[in-house]
Amino acid sequence: MTVTVYVPRDAAARSVGADEVAAALADAAGDRIRLVRNGSRGLLWLEPLVEVDTADGRVAYGPVSAADVPALLADGLLDGEQSGGRCLGRTDDLPWLRDQTRVTFARVGVIDPLSQADYQAHGGLAGLRAALAMTPADVVRQVTDSGLRGRGGAGFPTGIKWNTVLGAESDLKFVCCNADEGDSGTFADRMLMEGDPFTLIEGMVIAAHAVGATEGYVYIRSEYPDAIATMREAIGIATAGGWLGERVLGSDLCFDLHVRVGAGAYICGEETSMLESIEGRRGMVRAKPPIPALEGLFGRPTVVNNVLSLASVPMIMADGAEAFQELGIGRSRGTQVFQLAGNVARGGIVETAFGVTLGELVNGFGGGTASGRPVRAVQVGGPLGAYLPVDRFDLPMDYEAFAAAGAMVGHGGVVVFDDTVDMAAMARFAFAFCAEESCGKCTPCRVGATRGVEVIDRITAGIDRRKNLLLLDDLCELMVDGSLCAMGGLTPMPVRSAVRHFPADFGAERETQA
Amino acid sequence: MTTETLEQRVRAAVEAHRGERGALLPILHHLQAEFGYIDEAAMPIVANELNLSRAEVYGVVTFYHDFTLAPGGARTVRICRAEACQAVGAERLAEHARQRLGVGFGETTADRTVTLEQVFCFGNCALGPAVQVDGRLHGRVDPAAFDRLVGRA
Repeated sequence: MTVTVYVPRDAAARSVGADEVAAALADAAGDRIRLVRNGSRGLLWLEPLVEVDTADGRVAYGPVSAADVPALLADGLLDGEQSGGRCLGRTDDLPWLRDQTRVTFARVGVIDPLSQADYQAHGGLAGLRAALAMTPADVVRQVTDSGLRGRGGAGFPTGIKWNTVLGAESDLKFVCCNADEGDSGTFADRMLMEGDPFTLIEGMVIAAHAVGATEGYVYIRSEYPDAIATMREAIGIATAGGWLGERVLGSDLCFDLHVRVGAGAYICGEETSMLESIEGRRGMVRAKPPIPALEGLFGRPTVVNNVLSLASVPMIMADGAEAFQELGIGRSRGTQVFQLAGNVARGGIVETAFGVTLGELVNGFGGGTASGRPVRAVQVGGPLGAYLPVDRFDLPMDYEAFAAAGAMVGHGGVVVFDDTVDMAAMARFAFAFCAEESCGKCTPCRVGATRGVEVIDRITAGIDRRKNLLLLDDLCELMVDGSLCAMGGLTPMPVRSAVRHFPADFGAERETQA
Repeated sequence: MTTETLEQRVRAAVEAHRGERGALLPILHHLQAEFGYIDEAAMPIVANELNLSRAEVYGVVTFYHDFTLAPGGARTVRICRAEACQAVGAERLAEHARQRLGVGFGETTADRTVTLEQVFCFGNCALGPAVQVDGRLHGRVDPAAFDRLVGRA
């Protein structure tokens, strides 16, 4: 009897040897196993995480190296023995997974990412079928009622955006998925595209039906070759199977989907810059208005949504707006896919309802630092998000609560730093990165970032410290108020939070002593 | 290579993407993959084919980090220097890489075997420091692992 064995194809798992493990298993147990290259379950510190189908359910082993394979097989890996030091027990019983609410990531790591049969056996297409039975306006209403807000960082209500595109008159409309996940500390978009690409495709087809679009683009950054390959393959399979193209699932809907590859420009994660890039130009930010919903790609009405926003839609259509709305707190509804990264003992994907505290994520799920030293700072929401000290770990993950604390939830990325971090260096890096990656269109961002590096250098050198701190604050205010997009407008957030919460790193003590 | 074959190859690259909207980026990716860089002689041909100005094409080529104006080394080693990797020692690794290879970021070793580049995020933020060698991603790369990856152990 062949036993099904799962070895992830996820880029993170491959980066620590999943391919070698898969090859070793195929070599040693060839005809005794059916090898499935699944997505990652998101317990990244345990990768490569191997799972075996047993009478008792799936059993997990990790981290497994190719060298472990002979011993694992000798210990009865394929006989449901659940023995050996690498055995973690039943996957479903792992506390880390058990304590999550996997909605958007429900299938990631569970199914064969490119199997249409697997996808449908696990609830795939139910959302699209439900949507196609409804009028576009009703689909938009259901998405609006769910309370879904853009998962890319800005948190704009998805239904309201769709409604604008639906109401716009045009013979050609587009749906664009922003998969330019350039922020450090985020990898959920990548993992979803590699682990459950059909969900994103289904979400985009629903969006097309809802707004009357006939053509779509997934803009994926070139740093994600695995995601690009998987999405391209999935689109080919979906088109051949009638899930894309002419008469989707036998309906009147026609929708063609294409992958576009970025070319190494962080700014192309900004929606208007991304549209310029798809059009074949420099990724220069556009002034708004006009908003992309009215004048987007090639000047046509365009839905621009993040990967996770679109991937949340099939579940909302399948299970109803209420099921989504019931999760979360305040005006932050549903789940968020948090990503634990950096110097963290247990890094990976934590999908749970909004309202979980920062401390529960970092110390509870994350288990503190990987280095074993005390946590000193965490950066939430990417390079443009705030640095927070441990005494703010009581903050609930909620758009409004974070905004009130001078921070942002963003896309839910959490980067952990231990007590060796120099926060003045991190603030300087925020400016230096902005200077490097600014598109250069507006002066506050293009020039402000360079001046910011210089001002921080003077502060840390102890030159006119007090005056330069005032100047820094002035510069930050100008960038916030005067920048065209979030790149210049939010770079002050990590800088100011670092100054505010970690004054000692900017020479505060030295001055008191003097 | 003669100028004629270059021109033919460039026109073939344009032709391969003729039906795509806003085809310039796909064409440039095609040329970069085929030649290892974007030859300056290719730009006026692409411009002519797409009815763009040479300045527009040059502007796009130079805006994006992925497109280079000169060929790199036999191997390309890219180190992530973004925040999450910094939190686990990426800056120490970057310094080690510069010392070991004797080049700065964006440079190629004198024997033209390795081009060293910096990247801001591969999405491997829980398993840093991340390094990509010839398109293949590696996690938890310490200096010793780096030396093995680049064959300088």
